[in-house]
Amino acid sequence: MRRGRALRWAMGLGFAFLWAPILLLVAYAFSADRIPYQWGGFSLRWFAALAANERLVEAALLSLRIAAGAASLAVLLGGAAGWALARFGPFRGRAVFGALIGAPLVLPEVVTGLSLLLLFVALEAAIGWPAGRGATTVLLAHATLGAAFVAVVVQARLADADRTLEEAAMDLGATPWTAFRTVTLPLIAPALAAGWLLAFTLSLDDVVIASFVSGPAGTTLPIALFSMLRLGLTPEVNALGAVVVLGVGLMLGLAALLLRPRRG
Amino acid sequence: MKARALLLAPAWAWLLLFVAAPAAILAAIALAEPDSGLPPFRLALSGAGFAPLVEDSYYLDALLVALRVAAITAGLCLALAYPMAIGIARAAPGRRVLLLAALMLPFWTGFLLRVGAWIGLLRDEGWINGLLRGAGLIEAPLAMLYTEGAMLAGMVHAYLPFAVLPLFAALLRLDPTLEEAAADLGARPATVFLTVTLPATLPAALAAFLLVFIPAAGEFVIPDLMGPPEAQMVGRVLWQEFFQNRDWPVAAALALCLLGLLILPIRLFQRLEAR
Repeated sequence: MRRGRALRWAMGLGFAFLWAPILLLVAYAFSADRIPYQWGGFSLRWFAALAANERLVEAALLSLRIAAGAASLAVLLGGAAGWALARFGPFRGRAVFGALIGAPLVLPEVVTGLSLLLLFVALEAAIGWPAGRGATTVLLAHATLGAAFVAVVVQARLADADRTLEEAAMDLGATPWTAFRTVTLPLIAPALAAGWLLAFTLSLDDVVIASFVSGPAGTTLPIALFSMLRLGLTPEVNALGAVVVLGVGLMLGLAALLLRPRRG
Repeated sequence: MKARALLLAPAWAWLLLFVAAPAAILAAIALAEPDSGLPPFRLALSGAGFAPLVEDSYYLDALLVALRVAAITAGLCLALAYPMAIGIARAAPGRRVLLLAALMLPFWTGFLLRVGAWIGLLRDEGWINGLLRGAGLIEAPLAMLYTEGAMLAGMVHAYLPFAVLPLFAALLRLDPTLEEAAADLGARPATVFLTVTLPATLPAALAAFLLVFIPAAGEFVIPDLMGPPEAQMVGRVLWQEFFQNRDWPVAAALALCLLGLLILPIRLFQRLEAR
């Protein structure tokens, strides 16, 4: 089977390209040497150094708080928007509404970041809120970005689902609220969960928008990492990489185990 | 219906405040006049933000370099992504889950950590140079970081999963008997790919290309951390104008120019997605 072999090589090349840098980063996290590219024997000292690095730990905690808040806001907002786009029919301004909710999906990050910063500056000059920039402004920006993704996921889920279910519930006398709670909500719950996770990871990973709309009080983990990487790689970054890769790998492994297709 | 209006009102308010208003303010500041005050502009219909863009080829070059680098990145991603997508789509369901996880895990390890890994690979005293020197192949380290090649490697690495997923989805929908029939009739693998697989997945390939091209054109972090100092892509120039030169009108005008250049690819992508 020549065909299979050539394909496997090409696919292997792609995966090797994706994985080689990450595996090296993780492997050298366990090196004792102060220089992150030299093997100095096995050691866990950089994990201890990472845990003792207050700047990084505080930035990580702030990032997690912002990501959780932004993802929750994004689910409320994007969920409502996705539901409206899928089920409300041709309401007034629907095209504009759809364009606005979807805009952050396609705008370059520098444009989103710059325009949101200009908004916050103008708002502060006009009404005094938000006073300065920091965690709050980053959260608002990330919620706007996340809502765009949640709306797409929810709209797609509802487009696949049979709308007669909701109509039947209301024909049988359910109030719109009851129909929503007992039919629509269970239907879109997986989409809301997936959307929350997506918004959460987007927020955790964003450096460009956060750098624009943040201030001295809003140093998220990516902002801290970015300024560290400007000076080169440090062993603490290696250790952080190892923690993240092993953590995500563990979660993916669990998910794969749970979702494994049953034989027979 | 009252309930619907109640639901829509907060969403409308949010979108008008955090999406529409910023765009309007961006346009207003692009037209404003630079000023030494704080904030450093005065509202006017001056066009002062656009004047340097027309007069100084530095800005036009930044836009063109960004489009070129984004196109190369997207092309390289597509070339790497096709065999990966085909391999994943043809794998047995159990293996497919593993391969998809292997595709997404690097993606979830964090954008900056992956850039950090590339810096470790490519630095003068980094892993590749260490290996080559240890093997006695080179005397002086190869200067790899801060080159266009380094920047492209970093960008392809960052965006590769975006290219694989649309292709994978399209390949799953492709009837495998078509490829089998072509092979049974004596077509070589390359011929099967060029005459059956590629034409059938062309819209997905275009979508994958645009999904990489659009964000890559505005990329700032990778050119800044890995690219050569002279690689002034528009994202980096915009950043410097805003944060270092404090010229808000020029930064805003550059953002509008970038948007103007991306409108066509964005519309095309949205049409492909709507199919």
